[in-house]
Amino acid sequence: MALSIEDIKKVAHLARIEISDTDVNATLIKLTGILGLIEQMQAVDTTGIVPMSHSQELSQRLRDDVVTKTNQRDEFQKNAPLLGNHSTQQAIADGLYLVPKVIE
Amino acid sequence: MEWEVVIGLETHTQLQTNTKIFSGASVRYGAEPNTQACEVSLALPGVLPVLNKQAVHCAIKFGLAINAEIAPRSVFARKNYFYPDLPKGYQISQFELPVVGKGAVSIQVPAQGKLAAYEKVVNITRAHLEEDAGKSVHGAVEGMSGIDLNRAGTPLLEIVTEPDMRSAAEAVAYAKKLHELVQWIGICDGNMQEGSFRCDVNVSVRPKGSEALGTRREIKNLNSFKFMTQAIEYETRWQIETLEDGGKIQQATVLFNPDTGETRAMRSKEEANDYRYFPDPDLLPLIITEADKARISAAMPELPEAMKARLEVQYGLSSYDANALTTSRDLADYFVATVNAGAGPKQVANWVMGSISAKLNTEDKNINASPISAQQLAQLLKRIADGTISNNAAKQVFEAMWCAEGDVDSIIVAKGLKQESDSVAIEAIIDEVLAANAAMVEEFKAGKEKAFNALVGQAMKASKGKANPAQVNDILKKKLTA
Repeated sequence: MALSIEDIKKVAHLARIEISDTDVNATLIKLTGILGLIEQMQAVDTTGIVPMSHSQELSQRLRDDVVTKTNQRDEFQKNAPLLGNHSTQQAIADGLYLVPKVIE
Repeated sequence: MEWEVVIGLETHTQLQTNTKIFSGASVRYGAEPNTQACEVSLALPGVLPVLNKQAVHCAIKFGLAINAEIAPRSVFARKNYFYPDLPKGYQISQFELPVVGKGAVSIQVPAQGKLAAYEKVVNITRAHLEEDAGKSVHGAVEGMSGIDLNRAGTPLLEIVTEPDMRSAAEAVAYAKKLHELVQWIGICDGNMQEGSFRCDVNVSVRPKGSEALGTRREIKNLNSFKFMTQAIEYETRWQIETLEDGGKIQQATVLFNPDTGETRAMRSKEEANDYRYFPDPDLLPLIITEADKARISAAMPELPEAMKARLEVQYGLSSYDANALTTSRDLADYFVATVNAGAGPKQVANWVMGSISAKLNTEDKNINASPISAQQLAQLLKRIADGTISNNAAKQVFEAMWCAEGDVDSIIVAKGLKQESDSVAIEAIIDEVLAANAAMVEEFKAGKEKAFNALVGQAMKASKGKANPAQVNDILKKKLTA
């Protein structure tokens, strides 16, 4: 499968990764290389083989439904970013984390 | 052209657990913002999800209740999208291998206009475990959105149907049935105001008789059955009008506005449906053994369908009564407790579905909050059955009991409602009535049956409503035909 510049930009946008126009070509070449490896693997006959979902042959352990976490909001909110590049104020208010306005 | 609407539902049921699906943070509703947002909910670097046993048990219970395949091995996957209330950048969900596979729910669609009530089976495609996202709060700070991550990581079971429903009435009947079922088996509190039970409804239309499905629009996050009806009816009309006007339906996500009664397409999130699912390497496959299923199955309550059948056979109830009494487990338990306390099943059914339900509805209460216990109701019905009070007097006693004025017998005494069952006293009353209403007696003897009822009425009135009506009937009949 041949990737286009547009594919790279779309994937980068979905992952919110900023790729400058000068880097797009290099990224295209690298990703095309990875897809080439995948194409080689897809040529192998895997009829009758159950797809692997995890590299370890183990099953998920379950946790008892008991509250073990306490309220550490004040500690966690010390990590909140600043409101802007030149601000000294953290992006928190009334216990909420603040982010640029999202509109549905 | 005649059109047919095709509807499928995706329902998010919040599972009844103490903690989140992948961490030990509390899921109690209504806490201060972010006080239940632990490092896993915040997606701090290096944290790992650990699956909640109770959430898995809830999923198994649901699978058993709808007679579905429960996957011996299911897999958690990452559903990738960018949104501020999802700090990881992905939601942990299940994709190719969900925990619950195909099953079915049978529904009763109520009569509408000339259309009689009917039963229908709605097929369930799958049900999978996933985590809820956080909440965005607008307006706290100008130009910013506030993020509360208390809800992030709350365990959900998303239940997906086949596109089997053909009207708003069918969709709502299914949603109600599912709502009853998840509460019955104790996996969801069913609180729609708090968002514990939310429905996304996929609606499309096609020319009647056509096999191919039309393009669907998905109405998001309906949290009331009334809104669901309005939203589906509006959306159906809109789609038909659009097609008849030569337009095309674009696949879209729409929101219902309860104020206008209209649906409106959300600003289409770019590439919103490109979720790039892949198995989550942080979680191993979930293995469910036959022994797990057997253990949970043994602890399951009797299911509503089975209980309905039992009420019909064991207590001789009609299908309608048995169905109404099994809309909630509490209601069914109340019925059985009242019967076990010595009251007649048919009478109990009538009172529970009549006076009690009416009161509960008016006061917006659950049967558990009824001021009249099953034992008290049984006592009241016994007093009707043994002739102590008439049906009319029983209604007065009921009102007094509802206002906690005392037990049955003391209210009967206090209000002087004891029925006159002394045949000598009743005969005396009837003699007086016959003497005072000679004209009516003549009418009866001349063949006017109605006159008999009028005489019964006079006798009841003369006894101030206290005479036993059955006895009045008998004695009057004897005297008139003597």
